[in-house]
Amino acid sequence: MKRLLPASAQRRRVLGGLAGGALLAPVLKPAVASAAAADASPALLAPAPWTLTPGDPLVASPYGMPSPAEHNVIRRLARKPAMPGSGSSDTPLQDLVGSITPNGLVYERHHAGVPKIDPDRHRLAVHGLVRQPLLFTVDDLVRLPSESRVHFLECSGNTSSEWHGPSGHPLQFTHGLLSCCEWTGVRLSTLLDETGIDPSAQWVLAEGADAAALTRSLPLHRILERALVVYAQNGERLRPENGYPLRLFIPGFEGNTHVKWLRRLKLIPAPEMTREETSKYTDLLADGRARQFVFEMDAKSVITRPSPGYRLTTHGYYAISGLAWSGRGRITRVDVSTDGGHTWREARITGPVHDRALTRFEADWRWDGGPARLQSRAVDETGYVQPTREALVAVRGLNSYYHYNGIQSWRVDADGEVRNA
Amino acid sequence: MLERSVRAWALAVGVGACCVAHADATGYGIGTPVTGSALAAWNIDVAPDGHGLPAGSGDVAHGKAVFAAKCAMCHGAAGQGGIGDRLVGGRGTLASDKPVKTVGSYWPYATTLFDYIRRAMPYNAPQSLSADDIYAVSAYLLYLNGVVPESTRLDAKTLPKVKMPNRHGFVRDPRPGTL
Repeated sequence: MKRLLPASAQRRRVLGGLAGGALLAPVLKPAVASAAAADASPALLAPAPWTLTPGDPLVASPYGMPSPAEHNVIRRLARKPAMPGSGSSDTPLQDLVGSITPNGLVYERHHAGVPKIDPDRHRLAVHGLVRQPLLFTVDDLVRLPSESRVHFLECSGNTSSEWHGPSGHPLQFTHGLLSCCEWTGVRLSTLLDETGIDPSAQWVLAEGADAAALTRSLPLHRILERALVVYAQNGERLRPENGYPLRLFIPGFEGNTHVKWLRRLKLIPAPEMTREETSKYTDLLADGRARQFVFEMDAKSVITRPSPGYRLTTHGYYAISGLAWSGRGRITRVDVSTDGGHTWREARITGPVHDRALTRFEADWRWDGGPARLQSRAVDETGYVQPTREALVAVRGLNSYYHYNGIQSWRVDADGEVRNA
Repeated sequence: MLERSVRAWALAVGVGACCVAHADATGYGIGTPVTGSALAAWNIDVAPDGHGLPAGSGDVAHGKAVFAAKCAMCHGAAGQGGIGDRLVGGRGTLASDKPVKTVGSYWPYATTLFDYIRRAMPYNAPQSLSADDIYAVSAYLLYLNGVVPESTRLDAKTLPKVKMPNRHGFVRDPRPGTL
């Protein structure tokens, strides 16, 4: 597939300010702003226009928006979609801090566009091998006991660009099919307590109300207590592109199983072998066989700053910052290497460590101006260690596309440019 | 406690209890009972054993006409692919350096064709084809892939019996414990 020009590479961010290190040069700002700052320190310390006159009135923007200066922090398309509504957009991980993804930046993967659903008309049917089939309204679900949990969401195709080696693409296009929110909803088991479960039910078919009516078969007893039917993310109702008004959420499972615009849960005795679990989302091995029902996203990490698109402009201290996550539990350790994996040291975890959630780490680094290779390696509570690309390829071959979690390497050249090479 | 008691009850009574009133003392009593017939328009999934397939039938010749009118614009006149997936060919390539995954080379069940076309195709007008048309297009695609002969007519009984070339090409996820 043809990739579009990586737009984020055009708006280079500078780390370290300009050479000579202007005291007030704001790091993490575009190069142009830094240049202005370096030339005009005395002017910067004079009262600015925004200090000398009252600002905008209250609710000038009834739903608040980011500063106009942050207009480049947006979702982007890594590749042109075949149809306008069938494809994916990537989260700008290179510009985010902490571990929560703002709702407007959560990655998208749609199979037939974003439906405009009237929540008053939307229903969730729970039927099949149950005692009593039931229809739920959105309000019904909000009445029921709720849970809020912080979890990552990752497309199984995330980082597929790196199977054959460094793609040259920046972080947004290599790892941007990844987001993390606080999700609120009702446990699947709560709904099935209402309907009752026939003992012959082994799988559950989840179906969306979109124009793809996307379906996945899921192993009932593995997800029963873990899965939520969610109606909110980060404190507000789901965004349309994230499943409004209802989506299934299965912590740790590949993204496409978190069926959006959820309208139907059908308990069944065996998987239905839908298109999305046969033709797609299966992992073709070197011998021609393919792994099927590959649900958990294994432990993975990536350095988000510096990453391609950043330029280091001065020698000295930088905090290397990144994200680690595992579909099988909590992150227990992250190691960082600056010499391409020859030596490793333990990174600091700098935020909350939730089960199956993005976990922010940092490591101190002093850049001496020489070439460097920055890598990170995640370990989760099961003891699983994020593998190298070579180890993954040795087991799964080069024909696999989904579920890539190899160690990512960013090359820092002597000129300070950071590259995926 | 609630979960345990309701689930134990469900296990003990099983399907036989389908007529018990919903307002169970141990539940929240939230949700509206719904009948199978009321859900019919949503309940369109098809299982590999053919469960869920509707009445009707269609043959290769009619499928060719439907495909030319509704599918070829994206999938190519002969199913060779375009802005839509390639649907034909690729047999024997799965273990090569350039695997070609199509209905004929990769899909393990013919029922998936009916299920997917019925719910999602054509892209610009999903759920617009009749059952006869879907059986026919399925027959045509299987014919183009050399899976069934040109004289084939498919229906709810015969579609699940079609033997797909890659029927045994899938293995369960061996993780954890291995990459």
